[in-house]
Parts: sequence; structure tokens; C-alpha cells
Amino acid sequence: MSLDFGAALTVAGSAPGAAASELRCHGNWSVHTIAALERLLAQVRWPEGGDMVVDGSGITVLDTSGAWLLHRTMAQRAARGGAVRLQGFRAEFAALLQLLAARGLPLEAPLPPVPPWLERVGRRAWAGLAGFWGYLAFVGESALALLAALRHPRRLRWRPILRNVQIAGVDALPITGLLSFLMGIVIAYQGADQLQRFGANIFVVDLVALAMLRELSPLLTAIIIAGRSGSAYTAQIGTMKVTEEIDALRTIGVGAQDLLVLPKVIALVIVMPLLTVYTDVMGVLGGMLMAKLKLGVGFAAFIDRLDEAIQLSSYWTGLAKAPVFALIVALVGCYRGFQVSGSADSVGAQTTVSVVQSIFLVIVTDSLFSIVFLWLDL
Amino acid sequence: MPSAPSHPSADAVVDVRGVHTRFGDAVVHDGVDLSVHAGEVFALVGGSGSGKSTLLREIIALQQPEAGSIRVFGQEVVGLGDEQALPLRRRWGVMFERGALFSALTVAENVGMVLAEHTDLPPHLIREVAAVKIALTGLPADAGTKVPSELSGGMRKRAALARALALDPELLFLDEPTAGLDPLSASGIDELVRSLREGLGLTIMMVTHDLDLLWRAADRVAVLGQGRIVGVGTMTELSHSDDAVVRQYFHGPRGRAALEQAGKLEQTWKTR
Repeated sequence: MSLDFGAALTVAGSAPGAAASELRCHGNWSVHTIAALERLLAQVRWPEGGDMVVDGSGITVLDTSGAWLLHRTMAQRAARGGAVRLQGFRAEFAALLQLLAARGLPLEAPLPPVPPWLERVGRRAWAGLAGFWGYLAFVGESALALLAALRHPRRLRWRPILRNVQIAGVDALPITGLLSFLMGIVIAYQGADQLQRFGANIFVVDLVALAMLRELSPLLTAIIIAGRSGSAYTAQIGTMKVTEEIDALRTIGVGAQDLLVLPKVIALVIVMPLLTVYTDVMGVLGGMLMAKLKLGVGFAAFIDRLDEAIQLSSYWTGLAKAPVFALIVALVGCYRGFQVSGSADSVGAQTTVSVVQSIFLVIVTDSLFSIVFLWLDL
Repeated sequence: MPSAPSHPSADAVVDVRGVHTRFGDAVVHDGVDLSVHAGEVFALVGGSGSGKSTLLREIIALQQPEAGSIRVFGQEVVGLGDEQALPLRRRWGVMFERGALFSALTVAENVGMVLAEHTDLPPHLIREVAAVKIALTGLPADAGTKVPSELSGGMRKRAALARALALDPELLFLDEPTAGLDPLSASGIDELVRSLREGLGLTIMMVTHDLDLLWRAADRVAVLGQGRIVGVGTMTELSHSDDAVVRQYFHGPRGRAALEQAGKLEQTWKTR
């Protein structure tokens, strides 16, 4: 039997028509030919028991893969009883076969074990619970670290805090500003048609101002910061964990909480309310522009009406959410970073979880705020 | 300078001629010449920052020298793109200093990935061949199902070696094969290097600091210093060299200890 892939095998029986007892190998037995050679070998009809001769005088190339195929074929024959004899192999090829035989390799490569369905469900559920407990413990640790730091404010690391304010706050101004401006435009545009129908053009001010100040601007800011800074926190801490920098910090006697978590949390709690005020302004400006273009409400009229449309409480209810959102984003981001375990893959997975969880928690908290404000009649 | 002849030797698997490299103002290589012959274990040594690893990266076409010629299997690799380097890269295996195993995959998948990428083997053969490579490097059979972060440093090096051997390369590059290993694991690597050369007929080029490994496994050693090769030869030849850099390297306190150790070995052989 021979194909044009550079390797071949012929089989011969002791008598014409009898089953094969001699295997003659030719050509290139290597990783590139063993797939085809294996198919050829599968077609060979071997006798039940009886001796077998493997002739390797025709082999020109034999690598470990080719040697493995030969070794496996011979070992399977030997397992059925019957001696296997090598013949005509070059010294280096015989040595290679010997090397494989000496390793006592199993003939079937082990398949990685797949845990049963119920076990996987159990493990997932347990991981979820453990993650929740871990998160609570982490929040507690951070709170303790914060208390300790507040008792000795001089020990707070102001330089990293200011750096985080710069990165998470100042550098985020263009993107948060642009997006809230666009959001203001969209709200005014969507409302314009309805308001025009009732001739209530001026109420576009109430629509834009209330929607932006109470709901959209804190939410939008939190979501942008979760995607922008929360993910960065996870990736940074996670990579430090992979490279054992976190362990190094602990050995030096610097708490990872003090150096990595507190500055981020404090910086975000400072920055998020400021960003929210900024996005309030930008959103209202967007609405103002659209009100002029689409509804003919002039800037002066708009600002006059703004005074009546929003009470101070609307402004404060929106602003009160910002530090809470900041806590959520910073703590989830840092916590997920510490959950990274040893691999590049894990950094990616935890960063994804970090962003998804912080946005989820921000929106859930936002709805809780709505319920509370409703009770308080704000 | 004991410069090798400028014409490429006939059986040189790796042939480096007049390589110049600089990073900014720092000159790393100032005319490096060396050649590695088929079937030998060749070691490149030198102090930290002498440009050993840079030279290795240039030979395996991950980095470009400023000037000079590097031929591997007779083919010029300087100026070769990734696409053109591929046929060459299939003929050599590289074990990186820190293993560089893919952390998301198990050891068996790390080895199998190379096979799946470059051959048309069916999945069961890929698993079997990967298991053979893993066993050849002396890892236990169940190591194949583990991910790299579950392995010890020595096992990770062996797993990296198994991946480097996946396609049965003719030439194997080892970057610091024993760095970060305990003496026991390191001497395991010594034996592994020798048995691979004998069992698989490999040519091995390694970069190392490990004097014991040099004495036990290397056929020829080149010392890189001040941007050039300051000495090439067997360990015994080099230990008698007059060159200041070579002497500094082999006759420092640790060099002497290894030398004495090797001397004792020779003594015991002679008395037997």
C-alpha cells in the first residue's frame, strides 16, 4: 500500500492469502505523514496471535511522531500475544524507538476529565456565593482601612489620590461632556414633537433639566466611569497579582488596601460628584441648543424658565447618588482585580465581570434611590 | 580576537557574521561572529547585559540587528518577515526563559496547539503525540491536564520544552533553561538536554549562566563580552584561556567551584 505522501508500508504474509505477519515500512514517517499512515495501518488484517516482524530498512525519516505510531502498533500487537521483532532499522531510529519504549507511555492519551452536569452547577453556584461573601469581606476590609487612615490623615497617600483624580476625573472631561451634551440634545429632540402638539414648547426646559439632573447625568457618568476607570482598576490590580507585585507589597509591609484601593476609592468619591455637576451643565446646554433650533425657545427664555423648573431638591437628589455610584465602581473594580488568579485569561475574564457587575449594581442602586426618594417625597 | 573564518562553514546550522546591534547610544554587539555545527550542544555565555538574549532573539528572527548576516540552515534571517520566516520557524523550537506557556490552556493543549496549527493530524493523534512529547521531557502523565499556573517552576520549564519539541525541530534554542530552578531540577535539565541530543539527534543552542550546566552538557561554549565573542571552545579549553573577560567568568568564586567539581569528575574517571 502506498500513497504519494512520501511514506509507505507494505505487508506480507507467510503464505499467499494469509494474514499479514511482516510490516515493511518505507519513506518518511513523520508528523506530516502519520495521519495517512494510521489510516493505512487500520486497513491491515492482522492474524490472531502469532509473531510479527517490523522491517524498517526503507525508512528515510523517523521523528518522534512516526516512532510513536510504530511503537503503538507494535505494543498493541504485543498486547494481543505474539512477539514483535524489529529488523533493519538504522541505529538512530532504533534508539528513538527504544527511547519511547523506555518511557512506558500509555497507549491511549488521557482525555481531560469533564465533571458531570450537577457538579458543574454546584461549582458555579458555590463560586457565586463565595464571590458575594468575598465581596462583603473586601468592603469590610476597605472600610476598616479607611477608618484607620482617617484617624491618621497624614498617612493617607495624597499623591496617588491626586493622580487618580487626574486620570479618572480631569482626563474623563471630554468624553463625559460630549456624551451628556448629546444626551441633552436627544431628549429635547424626542420631546419636541409631543410638546409642539400641545403648544407647550417652553416645557422642554422642565423635560431636559429634570431628566438630566435627577437621573441621566449621574447614571451616565457612573456608567462611563465604570467602563473607563473600573476596568482599568481591575486590569491594573489583576496584572500586579499575576506578577506577584501584590505579594511583594505585603512583604514590604505596605497594605495593598492602603496603596491600591483607598486612593482609588477616595479619588472616585471626590471626582464623581464633580463630574456629575459638569455633565448636568453640559446636558442642559445640549437641550438648550436643541430647544432653540427645533422649538424656537431662545437661550434667555430657557434660562429664565430653568429657574422655575428645577427646585434645589432635584439637583441634590441627582448629586447624592454620585458618591454612592463612585463607591460601587471603585470597590467592584478593585475587588475583581484581587480575584485574578495566575493567568492572562483571568485578567480578561475578571475585567469583564468587573464592568458588568458595576454597571448592574449602579442601575439597581439607582432604582432603589428612586423608591427611597418617592417615600421621602423628594 | 579568536575570530572564526569569514566563509560560512559547510555544516554550520547557525552562522552569525559581523552582527552589530545598538539600543540608542549603547552598543550591544560590535561585530559578533559565531557558528553552531550540526549535532552539537552550543552554549552562549556572558555577563548580564552582554547581549546574549538579544543575539538569540536576532537568530530566531524576533529582532533585527543593525548590520551583519545571520544564516540558519543556510538561509539568511536578517530582514525576514514573519511570513517568510515561517518555514524556518517550523524547523526550530524555542524555549523561552520564563516558559511563555499560554496560561489559559493546559500543558497538553499548549503542545497540541502547535500540532493543530501546522499539521493535519486528527484530534486523537494530536493528544497522543502531545502526550509523547510531555513524557519525553520527563513530566508525569497527569501533568498534561494541568494549566501552567498549577505547575512548579521546573515542571513549567519542562512543559515549555515539550511545546518547543512539538514539531520535532532539528534545532532547539533554550534561553536560560535552568534559571530559577533548584539544583536538583537543574541537574534534571542537564540530563534532559543530553538525552535529547542523543535520542533525537538535535542541534541545541542555549544561552545560560549556569556553569554546572555548561560543564555537563555543552560541547562548545562561546563567551560574549564587550560586544564580541572573546572566546570559543570546549569548557576545558576556555578554562585555560588568557583572555581577561573569559578568565573573570570562569575563575570567579563560583566558576572555580564548578571547575573543581569538574576536575574531580575527571579525576574519578581517570582512577577508575
